[in-house]
Amino acid sequence: MTTTYVPTVSPTRPWKKTPAQLIPTVVILILALLLDVSVVAVTPMKGKLAYALLFFLFSVGMQFIYAWVKRGRPAAMDSLAGAVTMTGGMIVFLPVLSILVTVLVKGLPGLGLHTFTQTMEKTSYSDPLSSGGLLHAIVGTLYLIVIATAIALPLSILTALYLTEIKGRAAGFIQFLVQAMSGVPSVVAGVFIYAAILLTTNLRGSTFIGALPLAILMIPTVTRTAQEVLLLVPAELREAGLALGATQWRTVATIVVPAARSGLITAVILGVARIAGETAPLLFTLGTTDKVNLNPFTGGQNALPYYIWSGLRDGTEGGVARAWTAILVLLILVLSLFTTARIFGNRKAKR
Amino acid sequence: MSSLVILTLIGLFLSLRGYQAFKSQGFHFITGVDWVAAQDGSGEKNVFGLGAMIIGTLVISATALVVGVPLSVLTALFLTFYAPERFKKFLISVVDLMASFPSILYGLWGFFVLMPMAEYWAKLIHKYLGWIPIFDVPQPAYTRSPFIAGIVLAIMIIPIVTSVSREIFAQTPLDRIQAAYALGATRWAMIKAVVLPFGASGVVGGAMLGLGRALGETVAVYSVLNIVFKVNFQVLYGFGGNIASMIVQKWGEASLSEGKALLAAGFVLFIMTLLVNMGANYIVRRTVKTGR
Repeated sequence: MTTTYVPTVSPTRPWKKTPAQLIPTVVILILALLLDVSVVAVTPMKGKLAYALLFFLFSVGMQFIYAWVKRGRPAAMDSLAGAVTMTGGMIVFLPVLSILVTVLVKGLPGLGLHTFTQTMEKTSYSDPLSSGGLLHAIVGTLYLIVIATAIALPLSILTALYLTEIKGRAAGFIQFLVQAMSGVPSVVAGVFIYAAILLTTNLRGSTFIGALPLAILMIPTVTRTAQEVLLLVPAELREAGLALGATQWRTVATIVVPAARSGLITAVILGVARIAGETAPLLFTLGTTDKVNLNPFTGGQNALPYYIWSGLRDGTEGGVARAWTAILVLLILVLSLFTTARIFGNRKAKR
Repeated sequence: MSSLVILTLIGLFLSLRGYQAFKSQGFHFITGVDWVAAQDGSGEKNVFGLGAMIIGTLVISATALVVGVPLSVLTALFLTFYAPERFKKFLISVVDLMASFPSILYGLWGFFVLMPMAEYWAKLIHKYLGWIPIFDVPQPAYTRSPFIAGIVLAIMIIPIVTSVSREIFAQTPLDRIQAAYALGATRWAMIKAVVLPFGASGVVGGAMLGLGRALGETVAVYSVLNIVFKVNFQVLYGFGGNIASMIVQKWGEASLSEGKALLAAGFVLFIMTLLVNMGANYIVRRTVKTGR
């Protein structure tokens, strides 16, 4: 028996930097930090901004010079552009972090069981945060979402089906309109419903009327996402359906739509996330109340964004604190919708 | 089908309602810069000129674009070519998440967190660049300026501009990228020679979509900006306005004739955003189709 020697080779990555190659970078960063601190200490420049700016200038500058000396101008430009791009990319993520932290810090103190069980009926902004809650606003937001979805869903799914399945003569034009509609500012949608309904009839603001502008805003989002999803359904499925002798309508209803179901659900969730936080249109159409209003057609209604708006406008400490709590609740709602949509979307992509 | 009906209805109703304001004011409604509402039946004459707010809208949106677009392009490049594979997906979903934040959240955050910082930046800019007319400030009033509103809007449009640019950058043909590398280009040289020429018009389209959003933003601007009906080109000086937030501000105590003028203002805003969005969609679609 001869034993064959099999060397175990771990895959090498020749493009990876060796520790020795990393040393100059580390040295430059440390030098830049030292220079930064000493310059701030000596000159009258002060504050976080000065620290960050000088550190950026020093480290990038020294790496630029080092690369130029070592490997010439193109390498120097490359290191400069890389540093600028990285920094630009990082700066964009700072506000997200700051927003999330701020909302948590300011919103948590007012959060409790009472937030979900009480209304503002007997509480004013000057009362302690432990009394009164958001129940009426949460109920209002849920009502608005349900009604707006009930109006927008059939319209947008049918539009999407028309655009992808029927491809009629007007398809190009309608596609164009859907895109134009997705740019309608929310305040214009609100003003439009006001002008069209509240001014011409003697109806007053209510949940149903508040849901109308939201539906207008929701239609383009749902239509465009649904369209993308429907385009992903393989053409073979449609052809198979038609080959079996089904009419186009039956093919669409029994094959295409079920095949795209989870994607369509994603479309709806994205649409709901789009409208859940809309404030501007509600200012014209909702009326207002401090109680739970279960009737969508008469009497005013409240909603989380509207509640935040009134707290902010009130401007008192209590009002603003309540606004932060409400925005925490709203953010949790939007985030969970967003995550659900993501999970649905990923599952669809995997299959 | 439905979208056709709704869009036409919006245009029709708003123009119908606003027609009276147009009729009584003529071209003054667009070009005039003062807004004096007379009491109904008092016999005084209404003067409605939207000019100051149109200028305010443009000033704020321009600030937002100047701050937001370079950052978005850098972020898009970072996400496409620099970010480590492991974090890429996560970072992309963070950008998408930014797009789904309600605008009132940006307003609140802008007012309570960003304002103190931005005020300091404004003072620095004024100190060192004050000789440029638009950075001049007649009195030391830096709070609630168009500059700060512009930064908030910049943060709001970054996700849109970023995701449009990123999608275009990601479509750069791989063979061209590899050809550039094979010729010995560094990463930056490759981006400059291949990616940027390829994606430039896509970035323009994305920026215009962002502009469309910035023009119509209401709540965030209302919470941050000190809305005064006056022409203000000095971005650091503490007052300004835009059409959308002005509608909300004046709505509460508007008389019947003023309300109609506000509807007409909504119509003007609608036309402005419609034009910008149509242009943007045209550019983006052309880029995606031809890859040029």
